[in-house]
Amino acid sequence: MVEVRNTERELHRLRVRLAVALLVVLMCFGMLGARFWWLQIYRYADFHAQAEDNRIALVPAPPSRGLVFDRNGVLLAENVSAYTLELTPMRNARLEETIDALSQIVEITPRERRRFRRLLQDSRRSESVPLKVKLTDEEVARLAVQRFRFPGVEIRARLFRTYPLGDTAAHVLGYIGRISPDDVAKLDDQERLAQYAGSTHIGKVGIEQSYEQVLHGRVGADEVEVSAGGRVVRTLSRTPPVPGSNLILSIDIRLQKLVEELFGDRRGALVAIEPATGDVLAFVSRPGYDPNLFVDGIDPQTWQSLNEDPDHPLLNRPLRGAYPPGSTYKPFMALAALTTGARTPADTISDPGYFLLGTHRFRDSKPSGHGTVDLRKSIVVSSDTYYYKLAYEMGVDRIHDFMKPWGFGQLTGIDLENESTGVLPSTQWKMRRYRQKWFPGETPSIGIGQGYNAFTILQLAHATATLANNGIVMKPHLVQSIEDPISHERQRTVPKESYRIPLAPAHLKLVQEAMAEVNRVGTGRLAFAGARYVAAGKTGTAQVIGIRQNERYDARRVSERHRDHSLFVAFAPLENPKIAVAVIVENGGFGAQAAAPIVRKVFDYHLLGLLPKDLDEDLLPKVQDEAELRDIPEDIEPETIAVPEAAKP
Amino acid sequence: MTLNESPSLWRRVRPHLFVFDPVLTVALAMLVVLSFVTMQSAALDYDGRMADHARNLLVAFAVLWLAANMPLQWMQRVAPPAYLLGLALLVAVALFGDVAKGARRWLDLGFTRIQPSELMKIAMPMMLAWWFQKREGAQGWADFVVAGVLLAVPLALIARQPDLGTAILVFAAGFYVIYLAGLGWKVLLGGFLGALASMPVLWSFLHEYQRQRVLMMIDPSSDPLGRGFHVIQSTIAVGSGGLWGKGWMQGTQAHLEFIPERTTDFIFAVFSEEFGMVGSLVLLSIYLLIIGRGLVIAANGANVFARLLGGAITLVLFTYAFVNVGMVSGILPVVGVPLPMMSYGGTAMLTLGIGMGLLMSIARQRRLIQT
Repeated sequence: MVEVRNTERELHRLRVRLAVALLVVLMCFGMLGARFWWLQIYRYADFHAQAEDNRIALVPAPPSRGLVFDRNGVLLAENVSAYTLELTPMRNARLEETIDALSQIVEITPRERRRFRRLLQDSRRSESVPLKVKLTDEEVARLAVQRFRFPGVEIRARLFRTYPLGDTAAHVLGYIGRISPDDVAKLDDQERLAQYAGSTHIGKVGIEQSYEQVLHGRVGADEVEVSAGGRVVRTLSRTPPVPGSNLILSIDIRLQKLVEELFGDRRGALVAIEPATGDVLAFVSRPGYDPNLFVDGIDPQTWQSLNEDPDHPLLNRPLRGAYPPGSTYKPFMALAALTTGARTPADTISDPGYFLLGTHRFRDSKPSGHGTVDLRKSIVVSSDTYYYKLAYEMGVDRIHDFMKPWGFGQLTGIDLENESTGVLPSTQWKMRRYRQKWFPGETPSIGIGQGYNAFTILQLAHATATLANNGIVMKPHLVQSIEDPISHERQRTVPKESYRIPLAPAHLKLVQEAMAEVNRVGTGRLAFAGARYVAAGKTGTAQVIGIRQNERYDARRVSERHRDHSLFVAFAPLENPKIAVAVIVENGGFGAQAAAPIVRKVFDYHLLGLLPKDLDEDLLPKVQDEAELRDIPEDIEPETIAVPEAAKP
Repeated sequence: MTLNESPSLWRRVRPHLFVFDPVLTVALAMLVVLSFVTMQSAALDYDGRMADHARNLLVAFAVLWLAANMPLQWMQRVAPPAYLLGLALLVAVALFGDVAKGARRWLDLGFTRIQPSELMKIAMPMMLAWWFQKREGAQGWADFVVAGVLLAVPLALIARQPDLGTAILVFAAGFYVIYLAGLGWKVLLGGFLGALASMPVLWSFLHEYQRQRVLMMIDPSSDPLGRGFHVIQSTIAVGSGGLWGKGWMQGTQAHLEFIPERTTDFIFAVFSEEFGMVGSLVLLSIYLLIIGRGLVIAANGANVFARLLGGAITLVLFTYAFVNVGMVSGILPVVGVPLPMMSYGGTAMLTLGIGMGLLMSIARQRRLIQT
């Protein structure tokens, strides 16, 4: 009986405990039910939105950048498809270790590491930063199989801007570089930032900068469904990007390259312009640099060496370098004298080898003087005394007023940014600049292109072209036309003249023929001996250091960097000119020595197609068939290779 | 019917065929249907996983049938050897086990690798039920001490591996037996308070990844792309399911790979996203049906062993379901506990089959005694 009662009691106790357990079970399931209500009813809208956010992403489709050709269709800037190895800092906490591990698979040079570190500083944590660019197929294959080991490491197919001719015309083309915080701020101001979604690069210098809006194109967008790993599962809708327009330069790249070869190691600048159109045929700044270095971020050491080079390869000399024009200014002074009536062609002066103002002697470069000098002779023999006297009599303001429409000391409006103005002196200018009145003793030097005069080679070439074009001013331009990438329709950038300078044809003819005389019997005769065309020119020498009274300039006694600059302006042929040139060879000495022979070869090539005998023709870029040039696919776009994401932790 | 007439084959086989408890069978069949439907969606990108899942279910059904045929006496006789074998294997694991994913859980037998802690999920409640059966009528406080030791030793070995999920389930299995055997309410309350007080101490024994999981549950958004990712994304999946769900095969979270382990531990997220709150409540109801039936079976068990074992098995099933759903919906930390009958995984399915089979055996044998 006791046994049974015990058993009964135990059974009862068990059943109570089971009931309690059931109560706990119901409570727990009740909690779960409440949780479902909270998640699935009360906060449904929230989670629904989050799931949609997860699912749909708007992926910008960046446009492909316009191409750049020279006037004969030679490709100067193109987009090459290649693979890059990129790292996203946000998704990889141990960057250094990862790079070390990656370097076991592909070679990563110290230069690439330095560049990566620099780019890292400029980019957001969520942005992928290129570590190694232009991977070979073999490197891509090796990386692709190992990639799962590295979170945040991606191999991407991207379009690279390449400048196939390297440093040729580097100062014209400029380069693109990665978009910097400054660029972002600027784009934001222009309300163009949205156009750069998905883009990594922007024009930094040269026409890449000045034609950025034209070259860039319009961004498109893909609405896509993405997986947790960021992998695109399918595209829901698509707005295709509009590719950027192509640019046809006015530059003849063969002429450009020829000039660069002619300069050799010498520093200087040359601008050649087609007078009738304002087309810039050559725009040379020496030394140059390779723009390809900048496209994916330059490493700090190379940058430093370029920046600190005493020859300043990064300086755009024809655009930014202001030099005294020296005697190349004289033809313009002569025209000023004739046009303003300060001189007639028949007026003569006696040149004793100096011009005396009070007690100060303004010396002629020929100490014994040129004897009796009229206007024509003043140009041919380059009489300084004639122009000291002329300038003094005209006064600085009359000279200024005549010279201004020629573009001296003014922006030419060429299609590059950061053009220098230079200085065309006047009493007003001096008051503004120095808060000082003009002293009459400062005027004579103005007449021979010294003193305060400081013009860019571009201004000098532009004025020479205007002189050759009989006073009709064409705005100089590097880009001849903009080409629609699809229809290939072209639109000229400078379709008509800016204005005309009122000049008497007889005056023009006199000055132009005097300049032709320079090359026949004057200072340019050696350089132009035997030319099969008539070339008009004027040599010039610009002082780098001042020479004291009663002291003679001796090239052998001054250091190389203090030697005079050698200048030359010219156009040819005399009748119906096809090309006008201004050139400076820094520290090249007397104008006829260094500068004039370069111009002779430029004319020989441009007018006659002749190349210097000692120049290897293979050095010059080849002009290709037009049809061949057009065989460029337009639908290449950056995309991520579909390598599955590493599993989430 | 004559005496010398041998019983027909049918008569001899029949009792072995109709071993199935009707309520449990219906409930399990409903689970199998839901399981197949959900797995079809979750395993869309896993080749062959559907077939494997079906095979696992068949194997589980086979062991269920075998276990359901097991007489109560056999079960009692098998309990101590099974427990000792499990204990020996756990020691072997601690000494020679293979390390996988940072934990020493597997034992390589040469031809196959086994996870002895899994065996303990069944052997533990059997052993303790056997012990209380043995001490029936003469049960005293010392018996609970012995039971506590029997529970603590393997538990310590499993916790050391470390395997928090299995340790919780083995502890739960043992604890339920002890609770049902009548451990005093005061002791239970004291133990509960003691456990609370020792939390900080326990914390220091946890591995770093285990601590992270607990922290993650408290604030998943502190590391949205790292450890919190699982919880955040599964919560979004459940929440975005709404009342009726997105529809079968329509779950975006599941199909776009936002749900990790979506065929195994997190399959409930797939289910709830596609079938919504209504589907989730239906699923919970089925579990509740199994649990309710299991508790009734336990209440009517033939002897102490049967009652304790039946109750413990039922409550362990509840623990599986509650911990898994709680984890996926973000109210419990992430521990490796599968959803019974739904998650992919052979071992868990096998254990569950044995458990359900034993429960059916207990149900049947009580019925036989009554008749």
